[in-house]
Formats: sequence, C-alpha cells, structure tokens
Amino acid sequence: MSPVLQVPGLAAPSRPKKLSSSERVLASGLRVVAIRRPTVPMVEVRLRIPFFSAKPTHLARSAMLARTLQTGTAEHDRTGLAVALGDLGAELSVGMDADRLLLSASGIAAGLPALLGLYAEVLTSASYPGAEVNGERGRMLERIAMSRSQAGVVAGEALAQRMAPGHPYGRTLPTEQEVTATTAAQVRGLHASLVRPDGALLVIVGDISPARALAAAESALAGWTGAAPAPKAPSLPPIAAGPLLVLDRPGSVQTAFRFGGPALGRQDERYPALQLANLIFGGFISSRWVENIRERRGYSYSPRSAIEHSVRRSALTISADVATEVTAPAMLETLYELGRMASGPVTEAELETVRQYTIGTLALSTATQAGLATTVSSLLGTGVGLDWLVEHPLRLARVGVDDVAAVAAEFLSPRGLVGVAVGDAAAITAPLAGLAEVATSIGS
Amino acid sequence: MPSASRVLTLPPLSFQLRHHTLRNGLRVVLAPDKQVPAVAISVYYDVGFRSEPQGRTGFAHLFEHLMFQGSANLEKLEHFHYVQSSGGTFNGSTRLDYTNYYELLPSHALERGLFLEADRMRSPRITAENLANQIDVVKEEIRVNVLNRPYGGFPWLQLPELMYDTFPNAHNGYGGFEDLTNATVADASSFFDSYYAPANAVLSVAGDFDPDQALEMIERHFGPIRRRAKPKRPNFAEPPLTAERRTTIRDALAPIPAVAIGYRVPDPAGDFRHYLATVLLAEILSNGDASRLHRSLVQSKGLVTDVSAYLGTFGDPLEERDPTRLNITAHYADPGALEAVLAAVDSELARLADAGTEPGELHRAGIQLAALVSQELDNVTNRSQEFAKFELLFGDAALIMRLPDLLAEVTDDDLRAAAAALVPSSRAVVEVVAGAAR
Repeated sequence: MSPVLQVPGLAAPSRPKKLSSSERVLASGLRVVAIRRPTVPMVEVRLRIPFFSAKPTHLARSAMLARTLQTGTAEHDRTGLAVALGDLGAELSVGMDADRLLLSASGIAAGLPALLGLYAEVLTSASYPGAEVNGERGRMLERIAMSRSQAGVVAGEALAQRMAPGHPYGRTLPTEQEVTATTAAQVRGLHASLVRPDGALLVIVGDISPARALAAAESALAGWTGAAPAPKAPSLPPIAAGPLLVLDRPGSVQTAFRFGGPALGRQDERYPALQLANLIFGGFISSRWVENIRERRGYSYSPRSAIEHSVRRSALTISADVATEVTAPAMLETLYELGRMASGPVTEAELETVRQYTIGTLALSTATQAGLATTVSSLLGTGVGLDWLVEHPLRLARVGVDDVAAVAAEFLSPRGLVGVAVGDAAAITAPLAGLAEVATSIGS
Repeated sequence: MPSASRVLTLPPLSFQLRHHTLRNGLRVVLAPDKQVPAVAISVYYDVGFRSEPQGRTGFAHLFEHLMFQGSANLEKLEHFHYVQSSGGTFNGSTRLDYTNYYELLPSHALERGLFLEADRMRSPRITAENLANQIDVVKEEIRVNVLNRPYGGFPWLQLPELMYDTFPNAHNGYGGFEDLTNATVADASSFFDSYYAPANAVLSVAGDFDPDQALEMIERHFGPIRRRAKPKRPNFAEPPLTAERRTTIRDALAPIPAVAIGYRVPDPAGDFRHYLATVLLAEILSNGDASRLHRSLVQSKGLVTDVSAYLGTFGDPLEERDPTRLNITAHYADPGALEAVLAAVDSELARLADAGTEPGELHRAGIQLAALVSQELDNVTNRSQEFAKFELLFGDAALIMRLPDLLAEVTDDDLRAAAAALVPSSRAVVEVVAGAAR
C-alpha cells in the first residue's frame, strides 16, 4: 500500500494587472473603448447597438435584419462583402436579442482600419436587396422549424413567456406568420430608425495601440450619424408564481425542465451573495444540486443554474434534461435542494469554494482578446463600469454565510419560481402532479 | 477608404516550446507565456473510439468519465472540488484517436493541477457504484445530444457505419446502451492498464509559469509513476471506396430532410501538402457567403437551408489519423431535392478541378485559416491542447505554428488535384428522411 500523498497547497497569488482602457465619445454619440492586448496579432471588435422595441413586429424584423445586414451595400454585393472581409482574415457576425444588435468581428490586427471601414459600409449603406430578403425569409422559416423541433428551445420559449408575458423579453423566436409578412422595405425602415450611433458602444481589443484604434474608429465611422428614438418600454410584470406547465412531446425519452425567477443586477449590493448562493445550489459541478442529481443519482448529464443579466432585468434560470422515467424523482430532488437553500444554512467550506471559483473564473474570462472584448461590451452595455472587474472580487471576499442564507431564502425558494416541463405528458403528468400543481396550459 | 487590394499577411506566431521526456516515457511540452495570469494543463492519451473492444462500444468515452471519479489519493468529487476551489475549470473529451483531460487554473495553482493529473495517471479509483452512476450519466448525455434531439449526432454517428467496413472505424463512438450497461470494473482496469501508460501520453503546460520550476514539479509528481509498455497501435487503414454507397435513415424528430456526404481523403500524416490542399478546399467550399457551395446551393439555386464542408469527425481537420474524411452536410426543405443537391455539389467540385480557383481565392482561404489558428492559440487552454495534440498525432508540437506558412505554399494545382479526388465513387451518402415533416 503506497502512502497517501498530500494535495499541494496554492502558491501566493499574483497581483491582478489593472486593465488600461482608452475611450472617446465621437461627435455622433458613439462611445468607443479600446484596449491593447498584444497576445496574438489579431483584433476583436464588438459593436453594440441598443435595439429594444415594444412593437409586436420588431422580433421578426430585427431577426431578418440580422440575417440580411451583410447581403449588399452601396459598394458591394453579398459575395463582394464576404470577399472583402475574408481578405482581412476577418469574420463579421450579427446577433440580436431584445436589448441589442451586436456586430462581432475578429480579424488581423493590421487590417483594423479596413475592417472598421466595412463596418461603416454596412451601417451606412446596407441595401437589403429584395431577392436576398426573399431568399432568407424561406430559410429563416426552415431554421425556425428546426429550432422548434428541439425540446430545449420549446421549453425556453415557454419559460420566457411565463417570466415576461406581454413583454419583448417574453419572446425568443418569431412566428411563421410574422416572418412571412416581413418585407425588405420594413427591414430597411427598421435599419433607418434604430441602427444609429448615438448610445451605441464600440469595443476594440487586440494587438494595436489604443490611440490608433480610436483614431481608426473616428475616421472610419465619421459618416455614421443620428440618434434612434427613445423606446417606449412597457414595464416588466412581476413574475407570477403558478403551476408547473407540462408541454407534451409525445414519446419523448427525456423531460426538459426549465425553472426561472427574479435575480439581482450586477450592481446591487446583495448581488455577490446571490451569485455565490446560485453557485452553491447548482451553478457548477461541485454544487449541491449537480452532485445530487448527476454525481449521486445519474438523473441528468448537465444540470445547471445561472443568473442572466439583461438591460431591464436580471433573472435566475435553472435547467436540466432528465430521462422520462426519473422525471418525478428529479423534480423531487430539485425541490429538496432548492428548499434546503431557502431554509437552511450554507457552510463556510461551501462558501469558500464558490468564492475562489468565482474570483478565479472572473479573471480567466478576460484572459483572451475575444473574452475580454465580449466581457467589456456586455458590462458597459448594461451600464456597469469596468471598475466592476476590480471591485467585484473585493465584494465577493466580504460575503459571509449569513448574507448567502438571506438571499437564498428570498430568491431560491421553490415557491418564487415558475417552471416548465417539456416531455411525454402521458408518462410524466401524473407522477409530477404528486409533487406540484401541474397545468397543461397557462391562461393569460 | 483603404484599398482591399493591399494583400495582408499574418505575422508568425512565436510561442517558445520546451520539450522533455520522463524516464517512464511521458512526453512533456512546455509553452511558458507571461502575458496571461493563468496556466493550462493538458494530458492527451493515445486512445480513443477506434481502440474500443468489440461489444464495448462507447467505452473510451465512458472511461473518460470514470477518470473524474476519484484517483489513487482522492475520493470521488475531490478532483472537481480541488480544481474549482482553486478558481479553475476543467473538462475532458474523447475522440477517434485520443482522449484528453485539461484544466485552466490561476498560475498559483500549477502544482496542485499537476498533482491532480498525475494522481489519475497513477490510478483512477473505479468502483462498481461509480461505474453504475457514470453509465447513467452517459446515457443521459446520449439522450440529450442524440435521442431527444432532431439530427442528433448527425452525421458523426451515422456516416462511419456506411463508409467503413471494420469495427474500429465503423462503430458508434457514443456506444449502444446495451454495451454501456455491460461494462464492468474489470473492463475499466484492463483498459487503463493497456492504454493509460505514461509512455502513451503527452503532458502539455501553457501560460504563466517558470519552465525550470514546472519541470521540477512534473518530475516530482509524474516521475514516480511506474513505467509500462506503450501499447502498439494497430493499423486502422481501410482500402479506398470503389463505388458510391448510399443509405436512408428516418429521423422521427426532424422537420426537414438532410444529407451527409462523406468522402474518403488521403492520410493526414502522409502527403501533408495534399492534405492541406484538402483543408483549404473545405474552406473554399463552405466558409462564408463567398464560398462556392454557399453561393451555388444556398444563394443562387435556393436548394438548401444551409451547407457545410469540413474535415474530420468533429470539424477539426488535424485531430485524427487515417482513415479520415471530408464531410458535406446540408438541410433542405424539399424532400425530393437530394439528387439536385448532389449534382450541384459535383458540379462545383468539377468546376474547381477543371478551372481552379479565382484570383485571390486561395490566398483568402489561407489567410482566414491562419487567422483562425491565431485566434485559437490566444486561448491558453486551446494552446496547451493544440501543442499536446500535435505532439501526440504528428510528433511535432510546433507544427501548428508553421501551418500558416505551409498553407501559403499550397498552389492552385494542389487545390485542383484535391477537388478532382472527390468523385462520387469515393463517397458515402446518408439521407435523412424527416419524420416530423408537416
């Protein structure tokens, strides 16, 4: 028998390097932030344009805008634009959600001025050719059908609807009718109205001096001007607790569980405690819930709980896909672990583990050009200053077990969450009804 | 407006590598870099799906799960706790020709990370209870990724069976539920003894560390692990296809049809230049809106919803040995469109074989791939993984840093030859019938 070996301790941590960023607000109102990070000869660009709208037609039109933004400009057709980007070793992708349009690119650092020139081109002269919009409309319908054939997508849509009924946050995919009705002229109209620099944020990270990056942005984007009208935002309704919604997926071999509830924003003084409470519950593999339903019972491959931050709200989401046969037992263990968080103490050891994990992974999330660019864009874009990256670890260090217990009682109680289960209703409804009130539709 | 006619090039990557081999045969690659506040540790074992015994499909991947279940000096769950309470992250994955384990840690946790990897190379702690638990977890993984999902595992689970004739290449790498259920602790011990010898592995460390100190730690933790014979790797080669093979499968959850075309391609470790020409060909075929297949099948003909061409089982062209393949996959709305899709693919390949590339097209594909390599290596975890993988599969960790130059040497004639090799008689075609079509 060989002697038991000791796990080595940790060496002294190195002091985190301060992030040095340069910033300029252009005459157009566009805020530009540049950070030098010369790890590889590349550059990362994130342009975040506020895109919130309460108009019912907005979801389909903005989805179509994102898909067709690069299909033609005053200077290039679709192929020509892709060739121009490719010659810079660059790719430009366009993403959208209820809050913003995000134009993300990476490319060879030496090509940054030309890359920003192509940004300017699509921002100021995207033409949305009718033939391209027509072609993409058909493909978008096919993509939506493919998305909705996934249990997780159906569950996500239903949960969003329950968490924000009647609000743009309550919808994730447009309907077929909305997509079919969307025209090139409407997309052009949306571009003219909302693709505006005032209030937008451009982040540039990479192997380039911040002064040159700011100058390149100022020069390339000088012709992009104007302000979008302030959106009329309906207020977000409070999340109304209610029965577990069971959506039928006949013959499904698994049940997709999704639960959601309110959470705190990054700048709330109790957020560090909630972030740590979420981790102790189910935010990583060494959490109570994941150890229970994965490592002890083998009910699920990747159960996870997370806090998601939007501009107008932060939310807690809990997800697990479990075999049909163990649906009710998995629900029972989930309720048990939530209840234990809400009503019992956490230990100093649990707290210390999640504290170190959070501080460590926060530093790792900004260790690449792409990770740093995305983090900076998402912090500044949701109104959080970059000081947060330095101050948050200090706040995490001050959280005590009582702070965690207090926020857990408020936010992790199963009574405060809404839930959706997408699975074989014939097999799971009765067993679930033994544990929770169950409904097959929710009246609005 | 800067002119796009100025040809950009990418400065070469210059990570300094240090190599060492321990007395027990463990190969070590160090890539120190003070710019990041982290270290990444990767261990690659030369065993994957292809080495699974008959009747034990999915065993290599199941075994990867077992390697996290405790080790010589650690109870179950302790590996996770030690990494995560150090502020780090970890994972592992199983491929055709290797299984890897890695963690990303703050620099001050380097020695702890090395200990954790050494401890499971010493001996994993595999009990009947942990085995039964992880069989359940893997079944849930297969349910969520394959059985409960439209196009689940497509085409990596469906193409091999049609295009290969021998068990190592043709079987399902996720495994059948019956084979998984039948796995025993004895199977695991024997698999570990055969394939997890130090001499059958590469350890790579990248990030912020002192290489002399790291080597001392590596000697201290990995050095005492008993030397065992490196298993002889069987020859998995199969003769080229001589006639097109086709099959049709029904996917009960799929709303629209799909197709996967697999072409046998030359040995990556053989004529490397020809292989890189095939890598560039895949790029020219489907990367972005200016690519050949996108322009023809999506934009011009409106035949398909999407199309993708890539090398290797999971899209990394340089992560498996011979035999490997070029895949072309597409989803399309019209159930009768298959022949038109195949004809359009053939026509684009023939056009490239006959007329070669357009001016600038080959250079552009090369610069896009080079940019991708740079971006990939910016991530210290990827960096340690890539150096370990290139050392294991090609005996040359630094090869990845030379890829941009090697890609730039590929000529239009090379590209035409690569396109000309993709003829119908060298391919297998899996058609997916949409069982959930409305």
